[in-house]
Amino acid sequence: MAILEISNLCIEFPTRRGVLSAVEHLSLSIEAGEILGIVGESGAGKSLTGNAIVGLLEPPGHVTGGVILLNGQDITHLSDAEMRKVRGAQIGVIFQDPLTSLDPLYTIGQQLVQTIQTHMDLSRADAKRRAIDLLVEVGIPAPERRFDAYPHEFSGGMRQRVVIALALCCDPCLIIADEPTTALDVSVQAQIIALLKRLAREKGVATMLVTHDMGVIAEAADRVAVIYSGRLAEIGEVRSVIDTPKHPYTKGLMDSIPQIGQNLELLPNIPGAMPRLDSRPDGCAFNPRCEKAKAVCREKMSGLFTAGEKKQMAACWVYAGGDEYA
Amino acid sequence: MPDDIILDVKGLKMYFDVSAPLISRMIRRTSKQMLKAVDGLNFSIRRGETFSLVGESGCGKSTVARAVAGLYTITDGDIVVEGENLSKIRDKTKIAAISKRVQMIFQSPYASLDPRWRVRDIIAEPIRAFHLAKDKADERQQVDTLLRQVGLSPSDGEKYPHEFSGGQRQRISIARALSSRPEFLICDEPTSALDVSVQAQILNLMTELQDDLGLTYLFISHDLAVIDHISDWIGVMYLGRICEITPQPELFKNPLHPYTRLLLATIPDLSGETTHVPLEGEVPNPINPPTGCTFHPRCPYANERCKRERPELRRIGPSEVACHAIEEGRI
Repeated sequence: MAILEISNLCIEFPTRRGVLSAVEHLSLSIEAGEILGIVGESGAGKSLTGNAIVGLLEPPGHVTGGVILLNGQDITHLSDAEMRKVRGAQIGVIFQDPLTSLDPLYTIGQQLVQTIQTHMDLSRADAKRRAIDLLVEVGIPAPERRFDAYPHEFSGGMRQRVVIALALCCDPCLIIADEPTTALDVSVQAQIIALLKRLAREKGVATMLVTHDMGVIAEAADRVAVIYSGRLAEIGEVRSVIDTPKHPYTKGLMDSIPQIGQNLELLPNIPGAMPRLDSRPDGCAFNPRCEKAKAVCREKMSGLFTAGEKKQMAACWVYAGGDEYA
Repeated sequence: MPDDIILDVKGLKMYFDVSAPLISRMIRRTSKQMLKAVDGLNFSIRRGETFSLVGESGCGKSTVARAVAGLYTITDGDIVVEGENLSKIRDKTKIAAISKRVQMIFQSPYASLDPRWRVRDIIAEPIRAFHLAKDKADERQQVDTLLRQVGLSPSDGEKYPHEFSGGQRQRISIARALSSRPEFLICDEPTSALDVSVQAQILNLMTELQDDLGLTYLFISHDLAVIDHISDWIGVMYLGRICEITPQPELFKNPLHPYTRLLLATIPDLSGETTHVPLEGEVPNPINPPTGCTFHPRCPYANERCKRERPELRRIGPSEVACHAIEEGRI
């Protein structure tokens, strides 16, 4: 059974000028030990999806439809108090900026011990021992000494390790990592990716890795979901999506990423930009930028169709008949 | 000096005073603290070429960009733009003449455009400042041409920045940078705030403009793939110094400096096949940098000499590298 199963998730933001639907009918699942990458441009709704799972949507945004199952339990509409028990105990969250997700006024030891004691019935001494084990786990040198240090005494990469240790406090079965390496340098980014991969392999943690960086996805994820304008555009195994993208958006996206040693005078690119939520076109949200758009693409939204092998699916009318348009 | 050198930077040093206030220093008996953001930099850029500086955050690459743009009073060294030494000129008309020819594009198109100004006024500001238009009609025409040049329409000039997406805003900042008809553009991470599909559009625009107008770019980025795409020459920076300068294909085919090698090995690659040896450790604090070669604590080839003596750039083939291990033939 999948650890996390989302079906038909819809998120809306009521505004003065009408309701903005930020995420529409999103379905995906993550197995134990699997890293699912969520990739998309800013504003595509990838972070919202992560936030909805842990019940941290900023009002007025709210879930208007769909079900989120964690180990079979429906967590879509839990009260704040119930959600608090799930979050931390079963779901660990890693945010983009490690400095803002740590409290500057408490030592990292205090923060770890507090989190552990909130969710686990452990004595202070045991909690401290566990905290130090976690710091070792995430690769912080001399953890006994660093235990009493404040967040500002750590470098960016070390802080992100502390945040990961915090997320791991109570052996969660699911980790939501929202752009965990975006604020870090490449050399540190590689260290953090290696750490996330090791946790998934060794502890069987299901990981949702939200990022805009295809390189990070290629390196870390097992499967990847491509989101465009709040809708799932394509989902499949990471190698097949990257090597043989099926949705025209994914194709354009992959082509526009500069690669070392390519030596092109100009980069291929997708004309235009992702539509704003208040002016999303009818039918497929990508149709104004799509070379292959036909009449049906402008009228009706496409469902997910099997495209290619290994369960690769794309939300594109091109694959409605099973074959690509000639 | 050869004619085709447009920018020549010699021994550039930029120190920032990060000391505690005087009273605290007296009580704690501590001395002044200097952050050596840029510590002795040499490079030059030929006309019509793109020279890139790449490095991790805090290595001083943006400081170099701002120093060359004249936004800082530099601590030491020379910045020579077309034969005029920026750090020595006092004559205001000469400074204006140079700043007209050297313009800058900033990283965030959200922060670098005044939200209260119409796009037309934002782009016209340099034209007004340098009196480049004969009259209002001429100015209007120039702005229209610029808007078209960067792929916007003249009617967009009446709008405000918030009506545009990130990529379009970056087009506006490029139009503003071009409005004083510069020859030399300093681009500080111009695509880092943009999504990849938009990044490709902006990079293409910059390439086309370079071909059409014969522009020279000083390009700053942390993204090695972008650097590889856009550059003719690449300088790799580490802790305020350049450790390697090479022509574009060389860096990726044949990286010399140990830091460059490790940097190349750590970037995530779409093939997903890189056998990663994650680089241990992080960039040290520039307030108290390591002695000798600043990379020695992370370098697998470091020896006693590296800890003691600072390496200078030495020519190796088409490249220049600052590394004792390479000079001694240890790698």
